[in-house]
Amino acid sequence: MHPAFSVIFLTTLIGTGQGLFLALITGQLYALGNLLPSQSESFYAVGSLISLLLLIAGLIASFFHLGRPERAWRAAAKWRTSWLSREVLVLPLMMALVAAYGLAHYFDFTQPLFQVADILPVDATLLIGLLGTIAAFVLFVCTAMIYASVKFLQEWHSPLTVANFTFLGIASGFMLAAAYSAWLGNDLVVFFGTWAVIATLLGLLTRGISLARNRRLKHKSSLRTAIGVRHKAMAQKAQGATGGSFNTREFFHGKRSGTVLMVRNLFLVLVFPLPMVLIAIGYGMESPLLPLAAFLIQYLGLLAERWFFFAEAKHPQNLYYQSIA
Amino acid sequence: MTQLALVIDLNVCVGCHACVTSCKQWNTSGWAGPMSDKNPYDADPTGTFFNRVQTFEVGHFPTTETVHFPKSCLHCEEPPCVPVCPTGASYKRPDNGVVLVDYDKCIACKYCSWSCPYGAREVDEQQKVMKKCTLCIDRITDENLPERERRPACVLACPTSARLFGDVHDPDSEVSVAIRDNGGYQLMPEWGTQPANHYLPRRKTRIHIDEDELKRADNPLRREDLTTYTGEEALDDVAW
Repeated sequence: MHPAFSVIFLTTLIGTGQGLFLALITGQLYALGNLLPSQSESFYAVGSLISLLLLIAGLIASFFHLGRPERAWRAAAKWRTSWLSREVLVLPLMMALVAAYGLAHYFDFTQPLFQVADILPVDATLLIGLLGTIAAFVLFVCTAMIYASVKFLQEWHSPLTVANFTFLGIASGFMLAAAYSAWLGNDLVVFFGTWAVIATLLGLLTRGISLARNRRLKHKSSLRTAIGVRHKAMAQKAQGATGGSFNTREFFHGKRSGTVLMVRNLFLVLVFPLPMVLIAIGYGMESPLLPLAAFLIQYLGLLAERWFFFAEAKHPQNLYYQSIA
Repeated sequence: MTQLALVIDLNVCVGCHACVTSCKQWNTSGWAGPMSDKNPYDADPTGTFFNRVQTFEVGHFPTTETVHFPKSCLHCEEPPCVPVCPTGASYKRPDNGVVLVDYDKCIACKYCSWSCPYGAREVDEQQKVMKKCTLCIDRITDENLPERERRPACVLACPTSARLFGDVHDPDSEVSVAIRDNGGYQLMPEWGTQPANHYLPRRKTRIHIDEDELKRADNPLRREDLTTYTGEEALDDVAW
């Protein structure tokens, strides 16, 4: 498949945005249980704003994927059958909840509404945060299922795709939360950093399994079933066009296999070991900038990861477009 | 239920591309907007087509065979491109089974093209919508046309009658009989898409000639020569 940068930015940016929101609400829950020092309301408000900006940036990137962005509202119609439609519904919902969460913190809507079992004071931010958490996970599933549900792209058609999108999104979001805390100089860097490393390791596990799976993948279709001629030796002599077509542009990455492998090795280094090392050193040195570097390097790696995700998927229609003449 | 479809006879197709050009001519002139071309007379020409003829070579030289393979939307009975469409622009007509795109609803997200294993859909670079074979829906449903012209442009144009058009759900239709009698098959059956279009395989036409058919040993018309020859016949003995 052709890796479209609109979709690469969409999936990575909203993944980070969701992850950052999950990091904020996790921090709030720990603080509620007195496991962490509680933070100022502005910490959550500004954090939510960053998360919201990431989600908005992802949404803007997605418009570049459409031929007719002015009709994008129509995409909410078929949520009963289309994962893309479901994503189109859940993304604005997620954005609204993140905005509401940030505003509730900003305007100090933190008076307990009611108590659960006399120990847990429930306020508006907690309720919104809970709904936002559900929305974040539903959005991870919707985004990943757009790819995982296409059975023709066997490299994607696996629950591993959902796991990868979720873990890598959470990893980058917590990494950003650690960078944000380090920048502010508060004592949540270790907390967010540890969770970021755990999510990164989980992502390494599932992405590793999916890489191994895709290496041994046997494609269902062959030229034999594509044109229905039973012979071992078949070669395409013409594809009906000499200058290429939508089919050659959309479904081929057009890069050499060496380049693709290089991108894979690059993301394996940038997403997994490097940020973990950097955040560990950053914690040891109490550096305000190293966690930020860890986040930026991991995000760069995630762009490469998503590029490779597209490039490694082989569409069966490519059997009809093997050679021009 | 009716399921209109094409049956393409690979044994008859000569790869002349008449179906390609007639398709383009008819569908670029219709009310649905042009099928635009980019750099048509320049380097890297490209454009929108509903139908393409591809050519494959089967076997090793010198025992090779050339297969011309016309390829268009197969109007699947289980079209995987339809449920994934987020706007509902992609749909299958309930009355005749033709899979169509509503160009006024399409946002060109290209998701349907990912969900088609045959690569039957193409984005029009000018109109910015997804396009595909309509089986000439504006022809086949136009009751102002005489009955024999209510067929797709490609079918009318094919000089060798390699393309048949009809209802594959009617067991007595020309297409159903052709599929049944001549081993019609579907493309990529492994995906369960149930393409309505079928292809008829290449068939070798062989005749067997016996030795005594070349040298007729038992000609019933042979007249027996009753003359007794003495070996001394002169030219005068010949009966002219």
